[in-house]
Amino acid sequence: MAITLHNEAAIVGIGQTAFSKNSGVSELALAAEAVKNCLDDAGLDPVEVDGLSTFTLDSTDEVELARAVGLGDLHMFAKINYGGGAAVGLIQQAAMAVATGVCKYVVVWRAMNGRSGQRMGQGVSGEIISSDLIHWSWYMSHGMLTPASWVALIASNYMAEYGAGSEHLAEIAIAQRNYALNNPVAAGFGKPLTMDDYMNAKMISEPLRLYDCCQETDGGVALLITTPERARDLRQKPAIVRAVTQASTRGQEQMTSFYRDDLNSLPEMELAARRVYEMSGLSADDIDASCLYDAFTPEVLMQLESFGFCGRGEAKDFVQEGALRIDGRLPNNTHGGLLSEAYIHGVNNIAEGVRLIRGTSTSQPPKPINHALVSSGVGVPTGALILGADD
Amino acid sequence: MKPGRIKPPMGHDNAWWWQQAAEDKLAIQRCSGCQVLRHPPRPMCDRCRSMEWDFIIAKGEAKVISFTVLHHPKFPGYSYPLPIVLAELAEGTRYIAELIDCDVERITRGMRLQVTTQTDDDGFKIPVFRPATGSE
Repeated sequence: MAITLHNEAAIVGIGQTAFSKNSGVSELALAAEAVKNCLDDAGLDPVEVDGLSTFTLDSTDEVELARAVGLGDLHMFAKINYGGGAAVGLIQQAAMAVATGVCKYVVVWRAMNGRSGQRMGQGVSGEIISSDLIHWSWYMSHGMLTPASWVALIASNYMAEYGAGSEHLAEIAIAQRNYALNNPVAAGFGKPLTMDDYMNAKMISEPLRLYDCCQETDGGVALLITTPERARDLRQKPAIVRAVTQASTRGQEQMTSFYRDDLNSLPEMELAARRVYEMSGLSADDIDASCLYDAFTPEVLMQLESFGFCGRGEAKDFVQEGALRIDGRLPNNTHGGLLSEAYIHGVNNIAEGVRLIRGTSTSQPPKPINHALVSSGVGVPTGALILGADD
Repeated sequence: MKPGRIKPPMGHDNAWWWQQAAEDKLAIQRCSGCQVLRHPPRPMCDRCRSMEWDFIIAKGEAKVISFTVLHHPKFPGYSYPLPIVLAELAEGTRYIAELIDCDVERITRGMRLQVTTQTDDDGFKIPVFRPATGSE
C-alpha cells in the first residue's frame, strides 16, 4: 500500500496567546492558554483530544499540559528535535496519527518565554558531554555562539557567489514589516521600517544587520489537527494538508552544515520541496502564497530557490521585483513572520498559512489562496507543508 | 586576568584533537580503512564504516571559503569585531576559526591563511588563522 499524507488530515483550530517581551507567566500557562484558545476556535471539547506533539525544546511536559487543560486519554505524544526545524514536523506527526486512526484529534503547540526566559544564542557550555554539545564546541570556542553567526557564514558565501546585497535582504525585511503594520498582535504593528532604518541599524554578524534577525518573543501558538471528515463537523473552514514532510540530508548538521560540497543551496529544503510537490501533485506554479521560515532574511532568499520559485542565484531579482509583497507573485509571511510578528519557532507561520486558506489574514492577498506553502527552520533538519482549501 | 574563551566539552570523540591543539598542532582525523580525512572528528567513517582511525597534522596552509565578522552580542573572553572564517585546508578538509592579525576590511574569499595557535591568559590553546605571509 502506498503511504501518503495527501489529503489525509486538516488543520481546523488555531489558538494563541498575546505575544510580548515579558509574559509574566510560566511557559506551561502559555501552552495551556494557547491550547484552550485553539480548541475554542475549533469548537472541540478538550476531553476529545487524544494526541499531542511539540518541540524537544519546549519545556512543557505533555501530561502537565493535559492535566492543566483537562484533555482526554492520550494515544500519542511526541516531541521533535532541531529547534524551528521541528515546526511542520509537528503537523506530520499529527497527520500520521489521524490518518492511521491512532488518534482522532491531535493538538500541537509551541510555548516559550523566548525573551524573558531562556533566550536563543546565549551559548552552550558546561560539563555535560553529549554528541550535540561536542558538535557546538567546534564553534562556541571561537566565539560563534549565536544563530546569527552560523547563518552569516553561509549567507555571506551565498551572497558573494550570486551578487545579492543588503538591499535584497532589506526588501524582505521591509515587505514583512509592511504586513505586520496591519496585524494588531505583531511586534511590528504600527512601526514602519524604512530603507534608512534598515541600513543604519546595528550590524549583528556581517552581512546580517538588526532587521535581518527575527524577534525574541514570549508567547504560545497551538493548532488542532484531525481528519478532513471530522474537520467538517467543527466550527472552522479546514485547511487541508495536501502534503507534509520532514527532511534531513547527507552531511547535515544543526545550523553548521559547513562541510558539504555546495554551500550555496539548502539540500534539506530541496528534499522537502521534492517530497511535498510529489505527494501533493502540485508544483511551485500552484503555490499562491507562502510562509517561508524567516529567522534571518537570507534564509528566505535561499528557500525561494529550493522551492523552485526562481532559478539558482535568481532569488535576489525575484524579491527585488516585489514578488513577496501583497500584490506580488508570492505574498510571503503576510502576518509579518518571525521577523515582524513574533518568534514562536515557526508555529505562528503555520497558523498564518491556515489563515491564508481561511481567508482571514490581516493582510489577506487580493487573489484567492488555494495553496499555501509553509516551511520549517532553515539550516537545520527541517520540513515543508502545503495547505489547501477544502474542495 | 582576562576571562578565557568558552572551553569545549571533551569526550571520547574529540578530546584527542584538543590534546593536539594544546601542543600547537591542528590535527585531522584519518580513516584507517579508506584513508579519507574528516573533520569534525567522529567515531565512524561515513564511507566505509570503519571505526579505526588515526590522524595527521595539518601543514597549516588554508584559504578562505566564507567569512563573517561578529559585532553583537559581545561575550566575555572574545575581542570584537570578531572575524570568523570558514577555510579549506591544503589537505582538503575544512576548519572554522577566528582570524587574527588582520584588518577586517581586508578579508576576502580566496585569501590565503596560515594556522597558528592562540593561547588565552588561562593557558587554553586553540588553533586559529592569520593571513599567510605575503597574502594580500
